[in-house]
Amino acid sequence: MTIAEDYQSALNALLDEPVYGLSQSEKKTRLQSVFALLHQHHSQHCTPYHNMFRQPVSHNTPLEQLPFMAVRLFKLFALKSVPDNDVVKCLMSSGTSGQVPSRIFLDSLTSRMQSKALVKILQQFLGKQRLPMLIIDSPDVKGADGKLNARAAGIQGLAMFGRDHTYALNPDMTLNSDAISAFCQRYQDQPVLVFGFTFMVWQHFVSALKTSGITVHLPHAHLFHSGGWKKLEAQKVSNETFKQQLLAVAGISAVTNFYGMAEQVGSVFMECEQGMLHAPVTAEVLIRNPYDLSLVKTGECGLIQVLSTLPYSYPGYSILTEDRGTVHGVDDCMCGRSGTYFTVQGRLPKVEVRGCSDTSSSMGSGA
Amino acid sequence: MDNQQKLQQAFTVALGVQPDAVTDSLQYNTIPEWDSTAHMILIAELENVFDVMLDTDDIIDMSSVKQAKVILQKYDINFA
Repeated sequence: MTIAEDYQSALNALLDEPVYGLSQSEKKTRLQSVFALLHQHHSQHCTPYHNMFRQPVSHNTPLEQLPFMAVRLFKLFALKSVPDNDVVKCLMSSGTSGQVPSRIFLDSLTSRMQSKALVKILQQFLGKQRLPMLIIDSPDVKGADGKLNARAAGIQGLAMFGRDHTYALNPDMTLNSDAISAFCQRYQDQPVLVFGFTFMVWQHFVSALKTSGITVHLPHAHLFHSGGWKKLEAQKVSNETFKQQLLAVAGISAVTNFYGMAEQVGSVFMECEQGMLHAPVTAEVLIRNPYDLSLVKTGECGLIQVLSTLPYSYPGYSILTEDRGTVHGVDDCMCGRSGTYFTVQGRLPKVEVRGCSDTSSSMGSGA
Repeated sequence: MDNQQKLQQAFTVALGVQPDAVTDSLQYNTIPEWDSTAHMILIAELENVFDVMLDTDDIIDMSSVKQAKVILQKYDINFA
């Protein structure tokens, strides 16, 4: 069999396993085999990857010894491991505004596996049925140029779980009160799905509802949100406050956060009832010391490294993020799910670059 | 209209392709018209036309026109 065939069969077998059911030792063995194949594939088909990581990787290589790539490399280089003809989609992620976006090239296989993995994970929380879906965003989020931005891609991924998709916001990000009222009236007595990015939900839904006078009552809704707390931390909004306010303004009591990144679509880390994020069978998380990149102990905060079995068309299976997190344990979360569980503490603080005008006075005085 | 014709029309409308492009061998993600966005439009169209509720497994498994028939048969929609 070719590497591609070996990879597909190993990945499909992994996807047939329970999402949170394998013991960590069994999971590691399975992941190591897949990562060894991915390393071989990317070494052969992505020259920059090959040039960066010449070390041998086998199915015996422990996860912590796998090569890892800084997430910003996807902003600096067009990294792909399949021929141009095979690329069916290019995902753009700006990360923080004003920067060069990441470009993630997807072939048909990777795109399909991303959807499959995401569905497997979310089915654990939603079941297989699709629910009426309220999207806390504007329909304009979809770009028209064929290049998919990360926000639109995230919405599209979750949209698989919805029906009668209703956008809650107008193009100018104000509440679309007609759409929201119609949705509530129609579905207030049945389970519905609500999805939005964390900051959008807070700013343009929760906060906007408070000042608008619009009544939203969706007691059977389950809200999923993702995208990070960076902007909310600045406003001193905790996960607890977020949940309390959603209950207060919209009657929504089921709220689930998840952590994931555009560079590894399909590998999402869902928050459990205990407030812990869980690694699914297709992914793993490691925490590294930000200064020497060594692994830190359980319970210590450091830089988050994410490992995903899904990236085949681009060399992104092992990525060092710019987020800080803490692993709290393995296989023994109170919620009963197996595998690694962790929390995210936010972005790595940016080194402050002082402007020319700030430095010029001191330089001037010394001259 | 029989089920085969209804299916062909649903694909034609949802993907914006010519009717003769809708053959059993037509596969997801192999033509620009059948991308992930169009896929959700297709699902909604099939649900309307055949009055069924498809679940998330069905969405993932619907990788070709042929496969769409197999899935719809689970809901007692038969194709001669």
